Amino acid sequence: MQYALIVRESSRDFARRADPTYRDGWIAYTQALIQAGIMTGGAGLTAPETGTVVRRKGEDHDVQDGPYPEGKEQLGGFYLIDVPDFDTALEWATRVPVSAEGSVEVRPRLQM
Amino acid sequence: MTVEAERVAERVARQFYGKLVAFLAARSRDLPAAEDALSQALVDALRVWPERGIPDRPEAWVLVAARRNLMRAARHRSVRENARPTIVLAFEEAEARMNEVATDALPDERLKLLFACTHPQIDKGIHTPLMLQVVLGIDAKAIAQAFVVSPAAMGQRLVRAKANIRDTGIGFAIPDRHSLPERLSAVLSAIYAAYGLGWDNLDGADGGCSGLSSEAIWLCRALLSMLPEEPEVIGLLALMLYCEGRRAARHNAEGEYIALDKQSTDRWNAIMLAEADTLLRKAGAANRFGPFQCMAAIQSVHAARRLTGLTDWDALVILYDALLMMQPTIGARVSRAAVLGRTKGPKAGLASLDAMDAREIRAYQPYWAVRAHLLTEVGDYPAAEAAYLSAIGLSDSPAVRCFLMDRLTDVRSGVA
Repeated sequence: MQYALIVRESSRDFARRADPTYRDGWIAYTQALIQAGIMTGGAGLTAPETGTVVRRKGEDHDVQDGPYPEGKEQLGGFYLIDVPDFDTALEWATRVPVSAEGSVEVRPRLQM
Repeated sequence: MTVEAERVAERVARQFYGKLVAFLAARSRDLPAAEDALSQALVDALRVWPERGIPDRPEAWVLVAARRNLMRAARHRSVRENARPTIVLAFEEAEARMNEVATDALPDERLKLLFACTHPQIDKGIHTPLMLQVVLGIDAKAIAQAFVVSPAAMGQRLVRAKANIRDTGIGFAIPDRHSLPERLSAVLSAIYAAYGLGWDNLDGADGGCSGLSSEAIWLCRALLSMLPEEPEVIGLLALMLYCEGRRAARHNAEGEYIALDKQSTDRWNAIMLAEADTLLRKAGAANRFGPFQCMAAIQSVHAARRLTGLTDWDALVILYDALLMMQPTIGARVSRAAVLGRTKGPKAGLASLDAMDAREIRAYQPYWAVRAHLLTEVGDYPAAEAAYLSAIGLSDSPAVRCFLMDRLTDVRSGVA
């Protein structure tokens, strides 16, 4: 079954991406997923300030530069994994090297 | 007055929950109903005691109230279901028996409850949560936290498991001589899992302990009080005490992880370790060796470093060989390879790791940590680097990750 591991990080976390130790943690985790043969997709994203949020305003659009206004945690990236059940997906979620300020959300992929 | 009542009710719940549920469930064979009846009785207590005063024997009051609730519910059901005369009869017999028994001689039926929760017909994965909820009254959310499971899913599984016990008529009885060893093994495994360790964990030394370790030890002590001569029960208690006794040394003041061979033995709890040593000797006297005694013996070798300053690696190889004959798990195999690395050198340890099934160890963190260490010793730095990255990626502890990262840095900078 397919699940998404949605990673959210604080602004301090994003600042730490330049630190090789922090980066190594993510490289190591990604390698572990691939080695286990369960990673089916995913992507890391650049910092929230580099994004732009588009909303509808009637027939028009509202365009705001990032970061996304609500919440201290911002989307950092996501993994798509294929594992036997939800418990296993949670187990892999505990290995994601988020800091104490980050989080990992596990959600099943929509089957079309 | 209400605060006083709350305090007493809470004490009754904490001290007697398991006993009361066991007593109620044993007769009705209906765990969900027993728990409901008990919860309702505690609610009634909080309502009634502030007005009428706290009784001299609050636990007896709660028991009588719970029994009444149970019988009311059963009669309600039997009327609805139109004939379950056996249930009503069982209750009436139970009521008669209860009136004979002096209220201070509440029979300890927790043992039957422990066996019921770990019955072979119940899915193994739910044994531990069932036991924790039914005997210790821990709620599903807390259990879910301890084992990193969705709280809603845990709640549903527990409800289903208890209904299963009721519907399949699983008995509340102590197994006979013939099936006792196997059934007891299931109970012990469930308690071990509650401690936070399972057969897959590396050697008890650094296992991730769940937040329920004191509950697990309590359960084992309760089990031991009911089966005082069973060597495997003694062995499990000794094993958990060895692990608990070294827990404080596993992290330094800054929260950094300290490996077993680098731990300062004066941070070990000497009293706990001494108790573990005594228990292990007592278990040995029964001359019925088993996997839990074996794992405890392994830990006692490590613990002996506080007395002798050394670790007897040769003894460890022998003990791991014995463990593998009884319980061939990947945890034991990896641990043995690490020990072999000390007695016969890193190449021998690596050979032992190479012989393991690739599918089994692909996502097994301890394998990669041990492998990385042995590869470093052998001087194969590129392979060691890759193995360290795997171990880091598979770690669920930030402290362990940090520790492994430091080792990786040493390898990369040629300091290893």
